[in-house]
Amino acid sequence: MSEPGVIHDIGYQRYAGPRLGPGYSARSLYVHSLRGAYGLGRSPWAKVLPIGLLGLASIAALILVIVNSQLPAPVIDYVGIASTFTFAATVFVAVVAPELVSVDLRTKLLQLYLSRPLSRSAYALTKVAALATATFLLFAIPMLVMFIGMAFGTDTGIGGVFDELGGLLLGLLAAVVHAALLAALGLPIASLSGRRVFATGMIIGVFLLTAPISAILRELDPGALGALAGLLDPTSLLNGVDTWLFGSDIALGAIDGYGPVYGAVTLALIALGTACAVWRYRGIDS
Amino acid sequence: MPLIETTALEMRYDGGVTALADLTLAIEAGVVGLVGVNGAGKTTLIKLALGLLTPTGGGIRVLGLDPVADGDRVRAKVGYMPEHDCLPPDMIAAEFVTHMARMSGLPAAAARERASETLRHVGLYEERYRRIGGYSTGMKQRVKLAQALVHDPELLLLDEPTNGLDPAGRRAMLDLVHRIGTEFGVSVVICSHLLGEIERICTSLVAIDAGRLLRSASLSAMTEHNDLLVVEVDAGADRLADALTAAGLDVRRDNRVLTVRLGDDDGPAYDLIRDAVADLDLALHRLERQRHQVADLFRDLPTPAVTRV
Repeated sequence: MSEPGVIHDIGYQRYAGPRLGPGYSARSLYVHSLRGAYGLGRSPWAKVLPIGLLGLASIAALILVIVNSQLPAPVIDYVGIASTFTFAATVFVAVVAPELVSVDLRTKLLQLYLSRPLSRSAYALTKVAALATATFLLFAIPMLVMFIGMAFGTDTGIGGVFDELGGLLLGLLAAVVHAALLAALGLPIASLSGRRVFATGMIIGVFLLTAPISAILRELDPGALGALAGLLDPTSLLNGVDTWLFGSDIALGAIDGYGPVYGAVTLALIALGTACAVWRYRGIDS
Repeated sequence: MPLIETTALEMRYDGGVTALADLTLAIEAGVVGLVGVNGAGKTTLIKLALGLLTPTGGGIRVLGLDPVADGDRVRAKVGYMPEHDCLPPDMIAAEFVTHMARMSGLPAAAARERASETLRHVGLYEERYRRIGGYSTGMKQRVKLAQALVHDPELLLLDEPTNGLDPAGRRAMLDLVHRIGTEFGVSVVICSHLLGEIERICTSLVAIDAGRLLRSASLSAMTEHNDLLVVEVDAGADRLADALTAAGLDVRRDNRVLTVRLGDDDGPAYDLIRDAVADLDLALHRLERQRHQVADLFRDLPTPAVTRV
């Protein structure tokens, strides 16, 4: 180890190589954030929760493979994974979103990012994209596990494999919708606080405290109000979309004919959440 | 081309606080000290130069570009070291600086290479494979400097780089900044409220106070000779002053110290002073040409503008 303060003269080299533009900066931040979401390149403790959740979800998928292959009809299909894992994904977002943005706020790392070619909006969009991708992986990897298991266990030959593949693609599509909504809601909430605990608490609050409200409304009114009550909380909302788009049979509540409303609200929330994230960083003090 | 050029630059914050008012200056290449008390507007000027803030009036150009319109092009060529702590504690220094190099547009391989080179230049060797959270303040300052230098900027903006360092650490940091400015050939603007500290390493100084330009000059111009001769005697300064005035010299007395203004031909003045001191039989302590001190910049100001050390 060298003595601190001593500088050895090895000569400074000017850099004459290529300088790539803001797009490359955004890609670098995206990869860095995605790795950071799963604790890669960070301390071992940072890996525990995200990797643990992913591991548990994959094990659950493996168990589903066994259960499905023992029963005449699959209990939970690929879209079913998206529906039933939404709760786990909520926890994941609540833990990871503060990791992606609150830490940058708290350590003031954000001002180093902003002093580089990347723009404020690009920063916000990149972080939303990274969170959405990380959440997508939480759904997609268990689905892949399930696909591999089911494809090997199929007793209808190559036709069975293609059936499974179709189901997988449908499941991945559902995962995209789930991940986009959860990320678009979680990230702007997390960006409100530099304290990780508060950010996590706020996300959990928004995601979980709205659930009983819509559940109560569903109980009270079996009619139109009850069918639309699912719009109030993200989990039921996503469940409604699954039911409407992919014909998922694991419904939290009836959506009656309001499927398109669920779809429209989901899209609107994704757009709104993303816009909020961009807006939040537009005015942030650098 | 000046590195930073402002014309009637004005920055008012939403709360009604005026950080900069009618600031017109040109910062040329070299190691430039930007001095002023805390709150004088140094950090605001830097943030305007980076395009992080939009001026409420006037104009600013950095490296010939407009930082508001071409923010990304300016920021690609400029390195910024903020005043306060801004490092992620759970990252390894080498990985962090590599990441910041990529954020500035360097391809992955070049980023890695330059990160480890730059960390070595700022004096971090084996330590660079440790997590930043375990670093001392001095090491953190070095990492902050490394991340500002890693993409080989044309201009380096350092905001109070010696903050929180002990005297030895301050000296090492200033020597490093001096080396960057001279050997590395990167122009540096270094902010400080400690004039005495940075005058050693700067080629020119810009002093701002309450958002206005106080003075801007190269250091050699500031400290060059002037035409005053300082004469200090033990006692009888008043008699000497009278004698010299009678001999036709322009004399001012301040207790035991006389300042004599030299004419175009300074030969006779020395002789006159020598003879007068001898005639009056006084004890002469000092006879020297007065030099400007950098601190003189601020001496005649109505309010204490800069803290001196």
